Amino acid sequence: MKANDMTAADHTLDEILNLASVHFKVPREKLNPDDDFFKALGIDSLQTLELLTRLEHHFHIELPDYELQGVTDFRTLAGKIQARM
Amino acid sequence: MKASPAAHDGKALFWELREGVIELALRREPCNEIGSLSLDELERFADAFEGLQREAHALIIYSDLKAGFCAGADLRELYQRSQAMDKAEALKGVRDFLERIHRVLNLIDAAPLTTIAAVHGVTFGGGFELALACDLIISDKMARFCFPELRLGLIPGFGGIPRLKRDLGNAVVRDLLLTGRSFNATKAQQIGLVSQVVAEGEALRAARATAAQLGKFDLDTAAAAKRFIKPIPHEELRQEIDLFCELFSRPAVEAGLKKFVESTEAQPYLP
Repeated sequence: MKANDMTAADHTLDEILNLASVHFKVPREKLNPDDDFFKALGIDSLQTLELLTRLEHHFHIELPDYELQGVTDFRTLAGKIQARM
Repeated sequence: MKASPAAHDGKALFWELREGVIELALRREPCNEIGSLSLDELERFADAFEGLQREAHALIIYSDLKAGFCAGADLRELYQRSQAMDKAEALKGVRDFLERIHRVLNLIDAAPLTTIAAVHGVTFGGGFELALACDLIISDKMARFCFPELRLGLIPGFGGIPRLKRDLGNAVVRDLLLTGRSFNATKAQQIGLVSQVVAEGEALRAARATAAQLGKFDLDTAAAAKRFIKPIPHEELRQEIDLFCELFSRPAVEAGLKKFVESTEAQPYLP
């Protein structure tokens, strides 16, 4: 069960990294799970909202933005998304 | 009779009348924040609108800026102006601003022609309220809607709550207002706020197609239907101004505005 959960979480993380790479034009190999995504993607607050919207559409979830308060790395973001799937 | 220039090319707004459709574009960087400049031009539009209506069957409001439709009131200007005067003067200035923007939005809300907000990106606070004054909201799938005012110790002041109450269930209104969370176009359509969700960059095209359809109908019938189905909540709009001013006079608001204006956070828009 735990192995399955890990696989799903890893898969989610991978999808986030791919999506971020494509939409913010940063090479995928330069993005790592524990990166600060503001710095790694070079995004401002408005682009953060764009990222949130793209993630919601991609995963067919609703992610209240207050849940992102204090979230700065892709891995934690993936956990928040997993909890909504 | 008031002048009704068929076109206007200003700093904050552009409008033109074309084939029976008035197109009003917002274009004040960075994201169409509504301050004194935008309000002045919105009032010019309102004055021209009465004349333009006689030659039009639809109004489309959209943004020319990539960042979004409108990020709401210009909080920086609000803070700076309120710092430059005493509290009584500042409060008077806020009330005057609200009265003026309400006049514009009430005119749009009650216009006999059909009004369409074609939105994309950030549609927050006063920008959301501008969209709510329209009959239809056509949304780019990347639009985001939000009432972030509670984080400043305020409520929406451009007529948002009465108009939301008119259009949606009270539980939805409470969710939007009390959590201050933003939500996307799909959610907005699910709750009945948005009439059409379209692909990225397609909202204006879809609005134009809708406006062309509206031109096939008898204008008087459309106006009568609108009057019947869309009452203007004048009493609640008045109450909203009073409540906003009551809240604005508290020290917490000044602190909230200061924090926002001076924020270096990566997510200042998030509640």
